[in-house]
Order: sequence, then C-alpha cells, then structure tokens
Amino acid sequence: MKVKAKNKEPVFHLFIHIILILCSLACIIPIILVVVISLMHEKDILLNGYTLIPHNATLNAYVTIFSNAKQLISSYVTTIGVTVVGTFTGIWLTATIGYVITRRDYALRKQLSFYVFFTMLFSGGLIPSYILISKWLNMRDTYFALFVPGLVSAYNILLMKGFLQNLPISLIEAAKIDGASELKIFMSIIIPISKPAFATVGLFMAFAYWNDWMASFLYIDSDSKIMLQYMLVKVMKNLQFLNSPEALRYGIIPQDIPTYSARMAMCIIATGPILLVFPFFQKYFVKGLTLGSVKG
Amino acid sequence: MQTIQLKPKPKLPKLKQLKLKFKKNYGTIELTLLALPAIIVMFIFNYVPLYGIILPFKDYKPMEGVINSAWVGLENFKFIFSNDALLKLTANTVVMNLLFILGNTVVSVILALFLFELSRGFVKLYQTILFFPYFLSWVGVSYVLVALLDADRGIVNQILKYFGSVPISWYNEPKYWHVILVIIYIWKMAGYGAVIYYAGLMGTNKENYEAAKIDGANKLQEIWYISLPALRPLITIITILALGRILNGDIGLFYNVTLDSPMLYPATDVIDTYVFRAVKGMTDIGLTSAVSLYQSVCGFILIMIVNGVVRKINEDESLF
Repeated sequence: MKVKAKNKEPVFHLFIHIILILCSLACIIPIILVVVISLMHEKDILLNGYTLIPHNATLNAYVTIFSNAKQLISSYVTTIGVTVVGTFTGIWLTATIGYVITRRDYALRKQLSFYVFFTMLFSGGLIPSYILISKWLNMRDTYFALFVPGLVSAYNILLMKGFLQNLPISLIEAAKIDGASELKIFMSIIIPISKPAFATVGLFMAFAYWNDWMASFLYIDSDSKIMLQYMLVKVMKNLQFLNSPEALRYGIIPQDIPTYSARMAMCIIATGPILLVFPFFQKYFVKGLTLGSVKG
Repeated sequence: MQTIQLKPKPKLPKLKQLKLKFKKNYGTIELTLLALPAIIVMFIFNYVPLYGIILPFKDYKPMEGVINSAWVGLENFKFIFSNDALLKLTANTVVMNLLFILGNTVVSVILALFLFELSRGFVKLYQTILFFPYFLSWVGVSYVLVALLDADRGIVNQILKYFGSVPISWYNEPKYWHVILVIIYIWKMAGYGAVIYYAGLMGTNKENYEAAKIDGANKLQEIWYISLPALRPLITIITILALGRILNGDIGLFYNVTLDSPMLYPATDVIDTYVFRAVKGMTDIGLTSAVSLYQSVCGFILIMIVNGVVRKINEDESLF
C-alpha cells in the first residue's frame, strides 16, 4: 500500500474531492430518480411530472406489476436459464480452445490462432447470420437462438488466452510423463489453477447474456420466451404507443393503471438485482477490462 | 547450402511407420479434439455467415432463398453509392464514434489523475460509484434518459420551465442528440476508463514524483511532465484500437437510448441501426447487405491500418 505524503496542497485536494463528489452524484442521482419515480403516485406524475423527492411514496406500481406477473416471471426464468446454461457451456468452449492455442507444443497452434483471430477482422454481418439462425438452423422461436450463437467469441477466447499464457508448462509435462490424457490434464490441472481466469471470463459472459435484448428481438415470437431486457424494450414501446395520438384516436386511454411509475418499477425489478450483484465482482471486471483493453 | 548427403534412414515396415507417426501426432490430435466443439461452433456462427458476401450481388427473396435468388451484378452497389444516404450513415457513425473516443478519453484520464492523488480508501469509494453506471444495460440507460428527457414529465424540461424557458421535445429534435449521446456515453463508460488509466498510473515509477517534489514542482507540472507522459502509451493504444472500430456503432446505444425515434434518424442513425431495422422487417435485403459488406470491408482495411500503426509504435501491443 502506498503511504501518501502529508497533505501539502490541501486546496488542490479539496478541489479534487469536490469534482469527484459532483461526478459521483451525477452517476447516482439519475438512477435514484428512476427508483423515486417508481414509487410515485400516478396522479402526482400527471400533475407535477417526475420529481426527485416523492411527496408521498406508494408501492402501487409494484403491486400492479406483481398482481399480473406472468410475463415478468417467465422472462426472469428465461433470462436466468439462458445466462446459466450459456455461461457454463460458453466458458467450457472458450477455455478449451483458449487453452489449446496457448500450448506451445501444439503443432497447429499458429493455424488455430488465426482461425480464431480472423473472425475479429472480417464478419459476414447481421443479415447472413439472421438467415442462418432463423431459416437454416431452424432456431426461430427456440431457446437455442438465445444462447447458442453467442457461445464462443474471439474476444473472450483472447481474454482467456491472456490469462492462461502464464501457466507453468512443467506441470503439464510432468502429467504427460505420468501418462495423463490431455482432457484429464485440462480438467484436473488447468481448471483448478486458473479459477480467477474462469471467474473473469465467465462473469463477462454472464453479463453479456443477462443484458442481451437483440436475440429475443430478432428470433423470438412467443412472449413466454423473451428475455428481461427485451421485455423492457417492449414495455417502453407499448407505453409510447399508449401515449401517442393514435392510441387516443382508437379510444385507448390508460386510466387508473399506473403506467408511468409502473414502467420505471419494471426497470427496477428487471435490472435492480443484477445491479446489486455485479459491483461485488468489480475486482474481476477491472482485471478483465485492463487485460482486454490492451490486448483487445 | 547443404553439401553433405545424409544417408536415408532405413525404411520401417509400413504399419509400424504409421503407428509411429500416430504416436508422434497423438498429442496434436488429442488437443485438437479438446478444442473441436469450440471450433465447430465458431465455424457455424462465424464462418458460415461469410456466404453473406454474395448477398449484395443478388436480388434476395426470402421465398426463393439465397441460392435461387437472381443475380443482379453491381446494381445494389450502384444504388447505395449513388445515393447520399450511405454517406450520411457513414458520417453519423464516424462523427459519433470520434466524439465518444475524444470525450471519454479526456474525462477518463482526468478522473484517473484525480484518483491518483487520493489515498487508497477514497479511491475505492469513488471508483465503486463511478463504475456503477457501467453495470446498467443500454436498455436500462434508456429508462434513465426518459426520466430526464421526457417532454411532459422529464426533469430537464421541468428545470427549463422553472427558469422560464420553453420546454423542448427532446425525442423529436435531432440537433441536440450528438451532445446527449456523448454525455450519456461518458456517463456510462468513463468510470471504467478511469479505472484502466488509474491502473496505468499506479505502474509508473514513484521515484520520478519524489524527484519532482525535491525540485519544487507543483501539482500541475507533475501531471504535465510525469503523469501524462507515463500514460501516453496506454492512451495511444486504446485510442488507436477504438479507431479501428470507428465504423461500428453500438446498436444497444443507438437503437434503445434514442427509443428508435424516426425523428432523430438524421443525427442518430448509424450503419448498424440501419441494417438492424432492415433485418427485422426483412426488407431490401440486397441493398442492406451491400451496406453491410461495405462496412465489413472498410472495417477490415481500418483494422489492418491500425495494426500497422501499432506495430510501428510498439510491436508487443500489435494484434498480429
């Protein structure tokens, strides 16, 4: 730990603290605002607009949402399922290929590295992928479309490779002399000693799966299979529709339903739990980001 | 040149030879098998879509499929290059990304320099708070922005009204959105940039600072002559890498945060959102894939240039 010299420039330090406190407030207040709006009475919103300090808080919006929570629950279940299955499958695939291209004695190392790396240089784009997944692979409206296409990415493999590069080769050689198979070496030596690497890359994958909305948007037709983030996109869209002149023309006028507070409540319910979890893993994020930003 | 002729090895019986060869390559085969599932998944989702490079030369009809759709030659390219829509999309993408890179680097570096002056406990506290928006998805950010910018109820318009100004219909006014998107991008990303640059500063030689102190340098001189030069390699590499992806718009940002409001397209429509909307509607696939191929090819050239530049500066940092 660094021992700081005595504050020789208190004015400068005060200035820094003021700036950083202002920045911190700027980071936090907009998020608090969303929480506050979710607790507001609908008629207060219609009368005064959004406010940072609620006149009288209510849980009406949450009650409304939970009284008809079928969509919310199915989206939560889908999202958790996709994240867990996708992350565990993805980490296995990423780690195996990442490990193999770090092995200096692997004869096809150069070729396989290029095979991985090339996908970062040139891609066919969204349209051929869309036709492939929805038409040729017949994954339309299946859970597979939500996690299979994102299982392996060059970025994650290179991140993994960065971590695994410093493995002690003597360990592997010793195991080989003992006659262990490569699979056994990977399972019983590599995995146990590279837990931080698995944790970091796994966290990145889980984060990406949890926040994914595009796969649901592109490939899912039935509401029971959409993920949370896309559910939020839809909630926002529907509200835009309810507030549009067209809706009024068709005689659809939202009454009594706490629409404004409810959508913010929906946002809190959908993103809140994960927002509270991820900061605890900040350490791993920092490690991965530092490594990844330079060796992108 | 080799002048000594080596005696050819005595030939082994064929089966034995094969067995030996197999034994020698056994490690390779085993390792390849270990990586094989990943290789296959990558092949399907990263290599098969490369057939997409023929799509722009076809008049794609979903009913007829890729193979049976008629060839149209360069028609699609002629159309997109004769039309200034592509130019506009490219300009939006490049301008927005440049603003993101510039704004985010400046803010992140300043934050990192500030953090560097503080003791460990404060750094941890501020870092945790500044990092927080990073964990919010772009969809979540779109909700935050609605709370601020909603025309009738948003906080910003209420403040405008309070000071007697005319409220602004933000989601219908493209002219503000360069600034809005840059601010929101920095809001989400600067914490992470600050952490990276802070880590870079922690790696600099402490003796330089001691020496500067003895020479009576003030804080600003310290920053200007020691900290910034120390960060220069890191700033350079991150910026150059970002420049290599300058044609790729973050679709989560450009689609969700703008609520896909058509009124904002003049300022916020980037290549990726354009392609995305066409895919969803399965309309104009030939034209759109021409745009997509244009993006891929330009992106490829950019990365090649970027890598060449990085290699010139510092071989270890280059991608290949």
